[in-house]
Amino acid sequence: MDVLSSLMDGFATALTPMNLLYAVIGVLLGSAVGVLPGLGPAMTIALLLPVTYVLEPTSAFIMFAGIYYGGMYGGSTTSILLNTPGESSSVVTAIEGNKMAKAGRAAQALATAAIGSFVAGTIGTALLAVCAPIVVEFAVSLGSPSYFAIMILALLAVTAVLGSSRLRGFASLGLGLAIGLVGMDSVTGQRRLTFGQPLLADGLDIVVVAVAIFAVGEALWVAAHMRRTPLQVIPVGRPWMGKQDWKRSWKPWLRGTAFGFPFGALPAGGAEIPTFLSYVTEKRLSKHPEEFGKGAIEGVAGPEAANNAAAAGTMTPLLALGLPTNATAAVMLAAFIQFGIQPGPQLFASEGPLVWALIASLFIGNFLLLLINLPLAPMWAKILQLPRPYLYAGILFFATLGAYSVNLQAFDLVLLLVLGALGFMMRRFGLPVLPLILGVILGPRIEGQLRKTLQLSAGDPAGLFSEPIAIGVYIIIAIILIFPFLMKLWRRNHPAPSLLSANATRGSEPTDVTRGNVTHASHRSDGSDGGDGGDAGDGDG
Amino acid sequence: MSIIVGYVPTPEGAAALEAAIAEARKNKSLLVIINSSRGDALVDKRYAQVEDIASIEERLKKEGIEHIIQQPVRGNDAATEVLQAAEQHRADLVVIGLRRRTPVGKLIMGSTSQQILLEADCPILAVKAAPAH
Repeated sequence: MDVLSSLMDGFATALTPMNLLYAVIGVLLGSAVGVLPGLGPAMTIALLLPVTYVLEPTSAFIMFAGIYYGGMYGGSTTSILLNTPGESSSVVTAIEGNKMAKAGRAAQALATAAIGSFVAGTIGTALLAVCAPIVVEFAVSLGSPSYFAIMILALLAVTAVLGSSRLRGFASLGLGLAIGLVGMDSVTGQRRLTFGQPLLADGLDIVVVAVAIFAVGEALWVAAHMRRTPLQVIPVGRPWMGKQDWKRSWKPWLRGTAFGFPFGALPAGGAEIPTFLSYVTEKRLSKHPEEFGKGAIEGVAGPEAANNAAAAGTMTPLLALGLPTNATAAVMLAAFIQFGIQPGPQLFASEGPLVWALIASLFIGNFLLLLINLPLAPMWAKILQLPRPYLYAGILFFATLGAYSVNLQAFDLVLLLVLGALGFMMRRFGLPVLPLILGVILGPRIEGQLRKTLQLSAGDPAGLFSEPIAIGVYIIIAIILIFPFLMKLWRRNHPAPSLLSANATRGSEPTDVTRGNVTHASHRSDGSDGGDGGDAGDGDG
Repeated sequence: MSIIVGYVPTPEGAAALEAAIAEARKNKSLLVIINSSRGDALVDKRYAQVEDIASIEERLKKEGIEHIIQQPVRGNDAATEVLQAAEQHRADLVVIGLRRRTPVGKLIMGSTSQQILLEADCPILAVKAAPAH
C-alpha cells in the first residue's frame, strides 16, 4: 500500500506541533473569512502569500489548506443564520437552512451542516488521496498538445459554464490573459505590453494582481456601498441533532458527497453546480417533500456535503495536473510558483512529502473544523457585528504591505491601485473575477505549452492535434461552446416545458444567483438582473 | 409639544420607551421614536427589527398616542440622530435610557447618553433599566 504509507508519512509531518499550530491558525482564519460575506479563502491566501515567504512551504500549505476548508464551513453559518451566503457555494444552503433557523431549528441546521461537511470532507479527501496518484500516472503520459487542450478546456469551462453571462465571462478572461502577457517573451525575449517601462519587463507579480483584484477591489466596492440596513442574526445555542435528524441526514450527506467530488475534480468544477444538483435530488427523494421550502433538514445536509466534497475534489486536478478550477486553487497554484515548486504531474514525485503532508492536513483541518464549529458557531456569528471600516482598513493595510514586500519597489503600489480600480470596475459592471484570475495564472503556462507544441512541430499548427487526448478534449470544448445554442434552438422548437427542460432551467439558477463569482456572492445576489435565466423561477418540478 | 425617545432593543431602551410613553400620554404630545444604526456592520443588535417596531406601533395606535417612528441609517451615531430629531421637532423633552459603564469603557467607546445630556437644548429624562429579578 504505497498510498497508505505515504499518507502516514504525511500525517507524521502534519502532526508536528508547529504544523498543527499552522493548521489551527488556518482553520480559524478560514472560518472567519468564510463567515464574512465578500471575503473568501482566495483573498485570504493571496494576502498571506507575502507573509508566508519566511515559512517552510509545507507549513504554509498546511495553513492554506485550513483556510480553504474553513471558508467552506464558515459560509454555511452565515447562510443559515443570516440568509446571506458567505460563499457562493453556500447559496443553496440558505434556501432551507434559513427557513429552518426561522422555525427555531438553527441548532439542527448548523449541526447537520458541520457534521455533513466533516463526513463529506473526509470521504472527499480520502478519494483525493486515492485518485490523485492514478491521475498522475495517466498525466505523465500526456504531452504538450494534450496539456494545452486541457488547460484551454479549463479556462473555457470556467468562463462559459459558470456565471450567467458568457460575454462578461469572456471579457474578464480576456483581461486576465492580457495581464498575464505583460513582460518579456519567454522564447524570443521580446517585450510585450510594457509600454517602455523597464519595471514591467519582469511581468506583473501574481501576488500584486491577486491582492489588488480580491482585496483592494473588494474594499473599494464595500466603501462605495457602505451604508445598508443591518440584518438580523437568528440567535442560536450550541448546535445539536436529535435521532430523527441523524436518520434524515446521513443519506443526503453521502449523496451530496457523490455529487460534489466528481464535479470538483472536473476542470469545469466549482461547488455551485453540485450543491444545486444535490438540493434538487434531495427534494425529489425526500419522504417529507412538503417540508421543502419550509426548512427541510435534507436540503441543508445534501448541499453542504456537496460543497465540501467539491472542495476536496478541486485539489485533485490542482495537485495532479497543476490545473486550478476555482479562485482559491488558482491562488494556491500561484503559491506553488512563488515557492519555486513546479506544479504538474511531477509534483508527487519531486515534492512527495509536501503533497502528502498537505493531504494529511486536509484530514486534520476537517477534524479541527468539526471541533471548533460545533461549540463555537454562535461566536462566529458575532464576527458579523464588526464595523466594516475597521475590517477593511486592516485588509487594505495588509494588501499594501504585501504588495510592497514582494519586490520592495514603490511601483508595485501603483500597480496595486490601478488593478484595484480594475477590480472595483469589474464588480460594478458585474464581470466575474474568477476568469481573470485564472487567465493571469494559467495564461503564461498555457502559452508555454503552446510554444513547446509548436516548436516540436516546427511551427505547424497540425501539431496541436497530434495526440488523441488533445483531439478528444477539443471535441468536448466544441460541445461546451455549441451546446447552449442547440438548447436555445431546441427550446424554440419545443416550447412545452417537459420535466427535462424544467431541470435544465433550474440548473442555471445557482449560477444566476452567484454569477460564477466565487468570493462575492453577497453583492451579486443583491443585484436584480437575472441574466438569461429570467424565467428560471417558474419551472416548478 | 413633542417628546423624543432614543430607542434600542435592550432593557434600558425598553425602560426609556415606557417612560416616554407615560410622558406622552400625560401631556398628550407627539412621541418621536428614534432607533438608528451607523449601518457599517452587517449585523447591528441595536437596530430594532421589523416585528419589534410593528408591535410598538400597534401599541401606540391602541393607546391613541400620536407618534413618529424613525430608523435612520446614515452613518451618524445614535447621539447625533437623537439631537437632530430634537432640533427638528422642537422637542420639549428627550428621554434616554442609561446603563452602567466602566470608566475605561467610557473612555474608549465614548458615551451616547453623555453627549445627548451635554448637547441637547431641552430637559432630558434619563431612566435606568428595571432591576433584574
